[in-house]
Amino acid sequence: MSTPNVTYHTIDGRNAGTWAVLIIFAVMAAIGFLAAMYMDHNGHWVTGMTNHVVWGLPIAIAIFLIVSSTGCLNVASIGSVFEKQPYKPFGRLAGITALAVQAGGLFMLVLDLGRNDRIITFVTNLNPTSIFSLNVFLYSGFFIFVAFYLWTMMDGKKMGHLYRPAALLAFTWRLILTTGSGSIFGFMVSRSAYHSTLVAPLFIALSMSFGLAMYVLVMLWLNASTGRKYPSPELLRRLRILLGILVGVSLYFVVIHHLTNYYTAERRDVEKFLLFGDNVYVPLLWVGFGLIGSVIPMALVLLPARTFGSAKISLGLASALVVFGGHCFMYAFVIGGQAFPIELFPGKIVSSSFGDGAIAHYAPSLPELLLIIGGYGVTGLLITVVIWALPMLPSSFSAETADRLHHLHEIEANAH
Amino acid sequence: MSESFAVSRRTLLGGVAAFTAATLAPGVVLYARSTSEPVTNAVRWGMLIDVNQCQADCTACVDACNAEFGLVSHGRPDTDPQWIRKVTVKDPATGFAQSFPVMCQHCAHPPCVDVCPTGASFRRADGIVLINRHICVGCRYCEMACPYMARNFVHEDVTDQKPYAPRGKGTSEACTMCVHRVDAGRVPACVEACAAAGHAAMLFGDLNDPNSEISKRVAAVKTSQIRSDLRTDPGVRYQGL
Repeated sequence: MSTPNVTYHTIDGRNAGTWAVLIIFAVMAAIGFLAAMYMDHNGHWVTGMTNHVVWGLPIAIAIFLIVSSTGCLNVASIGSVFEKQPYKPFGRLAGITALAVQAGGLFMLVLDLGRNDRIITFVTNLNPTSIFSLNVFLYSGFFIFVAFYLWTMMDGKKMGHLYRPAALLAFTWRLILTTGSGSIFGFMVSRSAYHSTLVAPLFIALSMSFGLAMYVLVMLWLNASTGRKYPSPELLRRLRILLGILVGVSLYFVVIHHLTNYYTAERRDVEKFLLFGDNVYVPLLWVGFGLIGSVIPMALVLLPARTFGSAKISLGLASALVVFGGHCFMYAFVIGGQAFPIELFPGKIVSSSFGDGAIAHYAPSLPELLLIIGGYGVTGLLITVVIWALPMLPSSFSAETADRLHHLHEIEANAH
Repeated sequence: MSESFAVSRRTLLGGVAAFTAATLAPGVVLYARSTSEPVTNAVRWGMLIDVNQCQADCTACVDACNAEFGLVSHGRPDTDPQWIRKVTVKDPATGFAQSFPVMCQHCAHPPCVDVCPTGASFRRADGIVLINRHICVGCRYCEMACPYMARNFVHEDVTDQKPYAPRGKGTSEACTMCVHRVDAGRVPACVEACAAAGHAAMLFGDLNDPNSEISKRVAAVKTSQIRSDLRTDPGVRYQGL
């Protein structure tokens, strides 16, 4: 199958708009960093985190971004691993978006550590039985393999022969990475909300939908800000269907995860708490993730585009809602799962001065919110700097050529 | 020649050590370990808590722990350190309630050690689970993974630290089973305080030594471990629970 001859461009660095965007992202990143330093200087008591909800909002959103980052690679993988022509011109942007989103997540994760100055001990004192240690390798590997994949995409003459193997490696690695992220929770015997083999595949499914939605938003943002016509018509049609299916798969895994737990008597209390309790996690899960983040976006992309006027706008709106739902889901999953008390004495009424048997309270503090803004700032800054420095954006003409090539191949295939 | 001499000298020294231990052991409950002497798994330190002897309104063990390690309240119960706490457990069907202390259970298979990314959480060969404050990064994964809610995070600057148990803002901490006392041949502060209060609900000793009081007690009466279904094999056992 022939490959479209795509031309790529950088963004205009002399443009005042580019500088404005760069400065905004840099300021956001700086605000996040300063918020983390404030937490670091005073100690974590200035946050909403406690001895019971030990991972707060920054960790929940960091996990959202790390999980999403692997899904941002979807478009590149579909183009190169599964040879779908309309996706190919957008592979480079998918690669850099994936790296930038993961960097934003790691920014939050690392700065939220109690002793982030000791980050080197992750490498020097590695514990092979820790899933977290495994993840440190998976994160670093992701950067290396996706960067290599980008190299093979961008230097076709010298590295073209390694394009497919690199694509396959990056695709396999992203599945392992998300399995690792899910296993941080899935292997946890102490907390009944998490301990399940379903969490790893659940995270893979979520990564696919959250990541694709994040990528579509980046693509549409560039479309609006650089005057390009993204996505091309065929890709737009395909992205709508793909997003609808992936959101459906995610919803399926979330439903089956909760149903499995609810069916088990020992887990019913925690499920009652998360699904029907008098707490913030219930609306976040049902309305935030279920309705706004899943059902409405599926309707927006799977119903005929003319229902909503513009196919592109409804795809963008659906993606924004999926990302919003993703934040709601991770908040309910990470913080709701901790708010329910650890059961030292199952079936008994337990109380103590240390919160045994009691629902833990958590309210995010301002420094935590600012740290999240910083994470998104890092992501935006990285994307902007890279597309400024390197030719990442396909010309609209190239994208449409890829569409035409795809249709030609389809006609040839049908003729045979 | 010199090699065979070395072997025979080692054998001789070993024999002297074995003779000394056999002579002294029956009369000694605990022994002081030289800091140059390695910890071995010949010993497994453990604790037996007799729930029926524990008084609901008594907090002698908690107070002793706080004093021993300089743990102070900042008026913020959710972030204040509590290495040992009195837990009240009530049967919803019968209303029967019991109150007793819970702390780090010093598991044989501690989840906190498994999950720690830097190996800061570790288990000594003699069964005491500790945290190396120098390499803890403060990720709190151990707090997430501990089924006994035994771990705390140091949420603020700490003052008036004890030289034998340094603490550090931004790291995790938990009951050390008073390892500084144990290594000096003494019992943990909570056990000592419980005895001083006249309750004697806590017994400390070597679970591997069949002649120790704790081994005799656990062999004679029914004891249990919290969440034994998780197979973490805690070194802290409960009688009457």
